[in-house]
Amino acid sequence: MAAEDKAAEGGLVFHPLEQFKVHPLFGDGPIHWYTPTNVTLWMAVAVLVIVLLMVVGGRSRAIIPGRVQSVGELIYGFIYKMVEDVAGHDGVKFFPYIMTLFMFIITANYLGLIPMAFATTSHIAVTAVLALAVFFTVTIVGFVKNGTDFLGLFWVTAAPLPLRPILAVIELISYFVRPVSHSIRLGGNVMAGHAVIKVFAGFAAIALISPVSVAAITAIYGLELMVAGIQAYVFTILTCVYLKDALHPHH
Amino acid sequence: MAAEAAAGAAESGMPQLDISTFPNQIFWLAVTMVVIYFVLSRIALPRIASVLAERSGTISNDIAAAEELKQQAVAAEAAYEKALRDARAEANRIIAATKAEIQEELASELKRADARIAEKAAESEAAIAAIRATAVENVTAVAKDTAAEIVAAFGAKADAATIDQAIDARMKE
Repeated sequence: MAAEDKAAEGGLVFHPLEQFKVHPLFGDGPIHWYTPTNVTLWMAVAVLVIVLLMVVGGRSRAIIPGRVQSVGELIYGFIYKMVEDVAGHDGVKFFPYIMTLFMFIITANYLGLIPMAFATTSHIAVTAVLALAVFFTVTIVGFVKNGTDFLGLFWVTAAPLPLRPILAVIELISYFVRPVSHSIRLGGNVMAGHAVIKVFAGFAAIALISPVSVAAITAIYGLELMVAGIQAYVFTILTCVYLKDALHPHH
Repeated sequence: MAAEAAAGAAESGMPQLDISTFPNQIFWLAVTMVVIYFVLSRIALPRIASVLAERSGTISNDIAAAEELKQQAVAAEAAYEKALRDARAEANRIIAATKAEIQEELASELKRADARIAEKAAESEAAIAAIRATAVENVTAVAKDTAAEIVAAFGAKADAATIDQAIDARMKE
């Protein structure tokens, strides 16, 4: 949600996608893989927030927790229970990994909602890497744990025999579509919300419409606060569901 | 050529599809994820787990202690009730014993008093009898004297023996 100064140029100027631009933090050179960019900055802020919340907040190890510590413990309990309930008891050893995903996504989502901030999770490159990491982890774990039994996931024994090859094809396609939907669901939701807010902000340049525009921005912002949490939750719980498939393919 | 085309598309289109920024994003994402993973798995999660375990341990210990204290309170109450019951029984016993003692004493005192009363009554009876005897004797003497005087007044003469006889005969009626 960058630059409100665009409106100052007068007239209706829409740059709803401007806010997603990746640019170097220092200077204006080309973007190499190592260049510190706004992506770097906001990911670093996310790391900082996570450290403050999970490490600094709990440093007193109080039996009766303070505010920050109890928030950290709440998140811990929430994700731990989710992993245990969805992925099963043997999924618990993936808990740190899932916790990392959840903490990063929810922190990045909420940081992105700060005006002028850069939403790292609105980029398909970021969400695709997260989703592909989950996809490969799940696939590798599935084959290592179950060997070729993992292919039973695609062979639906509950269905009548003639239908099984067809179902196998469908299952196989849906399995490979998983990372696509997994990543686009998160990136698309975050991007769409931010772009819509920016479009409404563009309308605010017209004095007559501006009250409506401000009200709409407020409403959408409230919606986005929900979406930010829900999408992080959805990404995490889907990861748990995929993990369950890998650990117990015959369900 | 492809890179230029992509860059051109990025100028007008979505920054998300600008492939030239992908390596940068992916690299920093990887760094971020590794840092978060190590911070969480090495420091944060074990610490929170130990705090939670410690807390649940403390809570269950406290509950056990509370349970124990409750048992003690129940035992103390039972002991108190028993002591109260015993004291009441003892008090009843003492009351009964005292009552019996008093009853006994009272009986003996009554008996003594009865005896004394009977003695006094007998004594009084004797005194009254004596007084009555004297009175009858006196009345007889007075009657004889009076009779003798009356007989004398009528001018007759009567000897004492005859008057005594007549008086005695009259007194017996």
